Amino acid sequence: MARAITTQKKVMWTALAWAFGLMMFFPILWTFLTSFKTEAAAISDPPVWLFFDWTFENYAAVQERSNYPKALMNSIIIAVGSTLLGILIAVPAAWAMAFVPGRKTKDILLWMLSTKMLPAVGVLYPLVLLAKWLGVMDSRILLIVVLMLINLPIIVWMLYTYFREIPGEILEAARMDGAGLRSEIIYVLTPMALPGIASTILLNIILAWNEAFWTILLTTVNAAPLTAFIASFSAPEGLFYAKLSAASMMAIAPILIMGWFSQKQLVRGLTFGAVK
Amino acid sequence: MGKISLNQVTKSFGDVQVIPPLDLDINEGEFVVFVGPSGCGKSTLLRLIAGLEDTTSGHISIDDQDATTLPPAKRGLAMVFQSYALYPHMSVRKNIAFPMRMAGVDEATQKAKIDAAAAALNLTDYLDRKPGQLSGGQRQRVAIGRAIVREPAAFLFDEPLSNLDAALRVGMRLEIMELHKKLETTMIYVTHDQVEAMTMADKIVVLQAGVIEQVGSPLELYHSPRNKFVAGFIGSPKMNLIEGPEAAKHDATTIGIRPEHLTVSKTEGAWKGRVGVAEHLGSDTFIHVHDTGLMDMMTVRITGDIEARHGDTIYLTPIADQMHRFDAQGLRIG
Repeated sequence: MARAITTQKKVMWTALAWAFGLMMFFPILWTFLTSFKTEAAAISDPPVWLFFDWTFENYAAVQERSNYPKALMNSIIIAVGSTLLGILIAVPAAWAMAFVPGRKTKDILLWMLSTKMLPAVGVLYPLVLLAKWLGVMDSRILLIVVLMLINLPIIVWMLYTYFREIPGEILEAARMDGAGLRSEIIYVLTPMALPGIASTILLNIILAWNEAFWTILLTTVNAAPLTAFIASFSAPEGLFYAKLSAASMMAIAPILIMGWFSQKQLVRGLTFGAVK
Repeated sequence: MGKISLNQVTKSFGDVQVIPPLDLDINEGEFVVFVGPSGCGKSTLLRLIAGLEDTTSGHISIDDQDATTLPPAKRGLAMVFQSYALYPHMSVRKNIAFPMRMAGVDEATQKAKIDAAAAALNLTDYLDRKPGQLSGGQRQRVAIGRAIVREPAAFLFDEPLSNLDAALRVGMRLEIMELHKKLETTMIYVTHDQVEAMTMADKIVVLQAGVIEQVGSPLELYHSPRNKFVAGFIGSPKMNLIEGPEAAKHDATTIGIRPEHLTVSKTEGAWKGRVGVAEHLGSDTFIHVHDTGLMDMMTVRITGDIEARHGDTIYLTPIADQMHRFDAQGLRIG
């Protein structure tokens, strides 16, 4: 009867997993449904599920009231820009830590990670003053640099763990074959670490895309990305759940689609270092 | 080309000195083998010569040029690693081409050299494969091909055959020796296997704890080991080292006699013992003898086959002029 018990357990665990999955997905589903309701239906009590008058008016209204393409463009430039800038700085850093570790390398890595534990608001004031003094408030370049700095510890850590999996002898062979440091990194290390670098890039684009604290506080009009675009709908005029939902859907759709197509890389990125 | 000199070279990792001051001269075209037990510093010494480790003090010169602080790329040496260290994302062709690409060699010359190396190493049919699709022996041949096209001042081999199975090892050993005869380039070869050292070397450097115990040709080391360590390390099976009254009879603290320098009799001889295990190789027989009262277990090597049953009484007689004598410091007498 061992087999029967196994099947029973399987069914139970599958059901449980689905329940958890749906629980996690529910807010997105609800937002999706709400975005197609009228404002009245959105706040009706008891809530309506599927049987309401489906409407696209929220999407039209959102487009009318604000500049979605501009916010989308800002989001893309800031997320991709900050990630690539971070990669450019993190590759040499991770190379040094993985292949020529010093006595303090582990400490430096932990210290870098510890900066992520600092409440962001703690550095808000100095950062705003600095940005104003440099005259870069509400500019894309400011957000690219700030988000790069915020995500840099994660980028370095991820690359470090990937680089650690590459046997040092191969890099030594490149050195013996006449490769300088630059050639070694470009022709040998990077191609070998490409899957790792790709998942690092994907994960950090998502992190930068979703970053809401700095993007909302450091922008007004010119550099405002999709996060600020959504925020503008939780407006002082009152609650417009349906429009807010439509704006949210428009903001998360691009990253959701990107994530869907790069699932494999992402899973590797999220479990980095856990399995070889 | 290919003369390498080490002058008072030392290496420390943190506070631990792994190589105390060391001098060594390697002549042009020589096949030099560094041999010693694991952890003796032989690989570190090779990596110092390669430039993969920095010397703590002292000087290394290659062809009379000071190379102490030169990066590996500038030393003009090629290295073959134990793990092959091929570039997994490149085809065999690109692997072999890599050093030439780094040196900016033109395409036509690259192609000619790749084809020549591939032909010499039986790799012609595999040029478009990736290293992952090759067997261990083929991978090591690619690594050697990559080294050859560099036309280095010297080849450095770091235990290149350790990852291969026994049959392949013997074959590759011959290939490397033939390569040396053909190229006449200096080769430095690191191994812990004294059989490899004896069969391949023009000159063997025996190392222990970072110290050179002896430098010499294989037969010099075999016939006149400078101390007990070299005596015990070179030769297979190991030399029998006897201490105590028997050694005192020969005015020594320790006497050494190789297993092949003992004669065996069932009726009479200098020393009496009891047969433990006999290993029959066909061409030779190794007999491990207990209860001689001289040492724990004595090994005898006899050409051909001999009947020796466990527990049999056996008499051993050393060949007098093949006996080695060592003093209290373990150094050779006479």
